[in-house]
Amino acid sequence: MALADVPAILILGGIAAYIVFAGADFGAGLWYLLAGPGPRGRPIRDFTYHAMAAVWEANHVWLIFVLVVTWTAYPVAFGSIMSTLAVPLFIAAVGIIMRGTAYALRSGAPPDRETEGVTGFVFGASSVLTPFALGAAIGGIASGRVPVGNAKGDLITSWLNPTSIVIGAIAVATSGYLAAVYLAGDATRERELELARAFRVRALAMGVVSGALAVVGLIVLRSDARALFDKLTSGAGLVAVLVSALAGVVTLALVWAARYEPARGSAALAVAAIIAGWGLAQRPDILPGLTVHEAAAGHSTLVALLISIAAGLVILVPSLVLLFGMVLRGRFDEGASTVAEQPAPRGTPSRPLAGLAIALLLVGAALTFLAEGVLLAIGVVLLGGFVVTGVVELLRPEAFD
Amino acid sequence: MLHALAAPVWAAALSPVEQQHLLQARQMQALSFAVHIPLVCFGIAFPSMVMLVESFYVRTGDELYRTLAKRWSKVMMALFAVGVVTGTILSFEMGLLWPNFMATFGGVFGLAFGLEGFSFFLEAIFIAIYVYSWDRVSSRVHLLCGVPVVLAGFTGSLFVISVNAWMNHPGGFRIDRAGEVTHVEPWKALFGNPHLWPELTHMYLAGFIVAGFVVASAYAWGWLKGRRGRYERIALAVPLTIAALASPVQLLVGDWIARRITEDQPTKLAAMEGLGPTTRGPAIHILGWYENGEVKYGIRIPEGLSLLARHRLNATIRGLQAVASRDRPPVNVVRVAFQTMVGIGTLLALLSVLHLVTWFRRRRFVESRLFFWGVVAAGPMSLVALIAGWVTTEVGRQPWVVYGVMRTAAAVTGAGGIPVGYATLVVVYIALAFAVAWILLRLARRPLDVAAAPPPILESHGTR
Ligand code: HDD
Ligand code: HEM
Ligand code: HEM
Repeated sequence: MALADVPAILILGGIAAYIVFAGADFGAGLWYLLAGPGPRGRPIRDFTYHAMAAVWEANHVWLIFVLVVTWTAYPVAFGSIMSTLAVPLFIAAVGIIMRGTAYALRSGAPPDRETEGVTGFVFGASSVLTPFALGAAIGGIASGRVPVGNAKGDLITSWLNPTSIVIGAIAVATSGYLAAVYLAGDATRERELELARAFRVRALAMGVVSGALAVVGLIVLRSDARALFDKLTSGAGLVAVLVSALAGVVTLALVWAARYEPARGSAALAVAAIIAGWGLAQRPDILPGLTVHEAAAGHSTLVALLISIAAGLVILVPSLVLLFGMVLRGRFDEGASTVAEQPAPRGTPSRPLAGLAIALLLVGAALTFLAEGVLLAIGVVLLGGFVVTGVVELLRPEAFD
Repeated sequence: MLHALAAPVWAAALSPVEQQHLLQARQMQALSFAVHIPLVCFGIAFPSMVMLVESFYVRTGDELYRTLAKRWSKVMMALFAVGVVTGTILSFEMGLLWPNFMATFGGVFGLAFGLEGFSFFLEAIFIAIYVYSWDRVSSRVHLLCGVPVVLAGFTGSLFVISVNAWMNHPGGFRIDRAGEVTHVEPWKALFGNPHLWPELTHMYLAGFIVAGFVVASAYAWGWLKGRRGRYERIALAVPLTIAALASPVQLLVGDWIARRITEDQPTKLAAMEGLGPTTRGPAIHILGWYENGEVKYGIRIPEGLSLLARHRLNATIRGLQAVASRDRPPVNVVRVAFQTMVGIGTLLALLSVLHLVTWFRRRRFVESRLFFWGVVAAGPMSLVALIAGWVTTEVGRQPWVVYGVMRTAAAVTGAGGIPVGYATLVVVYIALAFAVAWILLRLARRPLDVAAAPPPILESHGTR
């Protein structure tokens, strides 16, 4: 494995993380849509919405991660993909906006009858549209329909073709499946047994649908993307497919037994394995006639990127663990224990800072205006100091007594 | 073999295409920025304002502060969600509209966006923890959870602006005779760029100015309508004072950028000032219109440009005519945008000084309805200044997407359907604007629920 391969692995990892985390948020939108607008669907709607509230933005960033690593590490491939697959990617982007907005609308104000119908529909419909479009785009890449070049591929058939359609459908179904599994787990934790049962049924149904679609997918690949099919059914690709299938079956069994926590893990494994299989099957090409090595940016760029990602992960992983730890331990749930603390008023020693602030302003302004180089930089820092001391001086609680 | 020897073959990037809808592509990009950037200002500045108010609660135990901080945090979360999705559109558009720019230079500046990605992660994670853990953790821990949000707002600006600064003053790579990008030094390209620091400072301050005045604007309106309880007084004083402290500083930082532009992008400076021929000791014109190499109908200040750009008399400033006319930006767009920003910036600074002096001396607002009307206007005006500033930067760089290296026309996609995409986005953004307005109104109308609220506040709210 060469340096040029590492970003590709990270990208595949990012895609898997995006499906496992954000996919479930899209799936939640699917269940929201299917619950219908009436009062009967209300518990499901409220619960799906509430379950994703704290995490969807963080989950969404995995997509940004995939985009930026691709464009930094494999710029030519990125340019080719984005220009040929412009249509589905634009649809996905619009879907993301609509979903985010509908979400914000709901958080801005609890729904009432006039708004629930429209926002709920937008929210649900975009939750289906976006994974489909992204899956269709992946289908275009995987079936070799994206040539190297500025919009060199067909704008329509690159993503409306048998492989794309089936992968798009699998993306929607998988999202719904993941969501139902997680939601069943959340509902159990919150002792919403009625809801837990409802989501369990949905998880089982969607699990079967996903499995069936996966089989259909293989059949379609066989006629539509033979090269990919061959690699997925032999050697390392086959191992990945089998692992994924096995993990899928285990997940179903766990859901059947209402063991949702381990089911989360095996569901994630099923997704990761199939993404790995895709990567293995495409090797060594990223696009037809363009290998990963040829597509890679220069050495210094790759090194810089990998250093940044490593450093970023050191901060990111504990933060994600903290967030999901809080979510899974139910810290954000309604009726979670609250801390009833009343901070003791402290007599704040109010030292007047006005003189300092004015001095910072005058010296900072003179340096910024007149100096160059280091002195100018000091001037700017002093001006920053002026703003901060100004805030401390002018905005004290005493001013509002 | 560590690095891909074959890379240069492809680094010649994609072949440029004839795109009949280049103008729409540019407008689509501009529209998306114009939507994203105001939201970003709230991502930069709102968390610190909310935390400042919460820190008052921690210091005094007065529930009113907490109520205010909590209500603001709801607004912050809603705006953040919209910022996230509009930012995502931008990320897509980089590739959808400008694939050749990405294909050619992604390896040079992409790193910044990689780092940016981690900022977004942190911001999204901690903003969620902050907003959803009110009452669930002690208020000190809660306050601590806000710190990464503020830091990520800063690093987020740093990384994105490093890309923009690089586009304006590119470096850290070479182009060989075959037109291929070689010798890429990403760290140097992004962070060794003298244009980065003034641009970053200016944008970061703009975040506080915009978020501060926009929030203040809403409460000033309420003030004029008679909502003048203690709650409203805090909610007006905090954003107003912060914006007022930042505004005068912004003038100085603006001067700093202008000096850098004089060095690095003389054509842009000439467009900003409407300077046709290269001139010794050029004058500056306020208002007016650029035509045939000079500014007509403007108020002329002799030696003004020389003083502003070089801080001395009789300096030689390069004019537009130093480059071929196909290499010049649309002068009047840039010039009007620049004058708009500077004009508004000056007015805001005056308003700010008025407030700062009065507040410092008496801890009261200026007692005049006119002042409050001024604050009401300052919100929208600061937004106009923000967009005008970006128009100056971006349109002033045209026809280049990477100054002096790649033309915007060479960066554009070859895909069809840009007008369809553009029209779709317009509709989506209009819907978005309505949605945001609706959310903010709903949030504002929610009744206050202060546990231990003193009676006057309840009264002032009862009158609605
Ligand atoms: C609230 C917003 C605001 C205010 C009051 C000002 N600016 Fe500004 N300005 C911006 C917001 C802004 C901006 C939108 O943030 C820009 C666009 C790019 C950037 O970094 O900042 C900008 C860009 C920008 C540029 C071009 C930078 C480039 O092309 O790279 C110059 C020369 C100035 N500004 C100068 C000024 C001066 C002299 C001001 C004082 C009167 C001023 N600005 C007030
Ligand atoms: C960090 C990066 C960037 C920032 C902050 C930025 C900011 C902006 C803003 C605010 C505007 C439009 C203002 C308006 O007209 O309302 C704009 C316009 C534009 N931007 Fe950028 N931009 C960035 C990167 C890019 C990139 C990557 C490209 C494309 C390759 C680009 C190309 C353009 C074009 C073509 C316009 C339209 C100019 C015109 O109308 O003549 N910018 N940009
Ligand atoms: C080429 C230009 C830009 C791109 C591609 C871009 C991309 C993005 C993306 C993808 C997000 C969503 C992050 C998330 O999911 O949490 C975002 C949000 C954000 N962007 Fe931009 N952005 C651009 C311009 C800017 C500019 C000019 C700034 C300001 C300095 C900025 C600062 C931020 C900040 C602070 C956020 C956090 C979200 C918020 O608080 O609204 N971005 N941007």
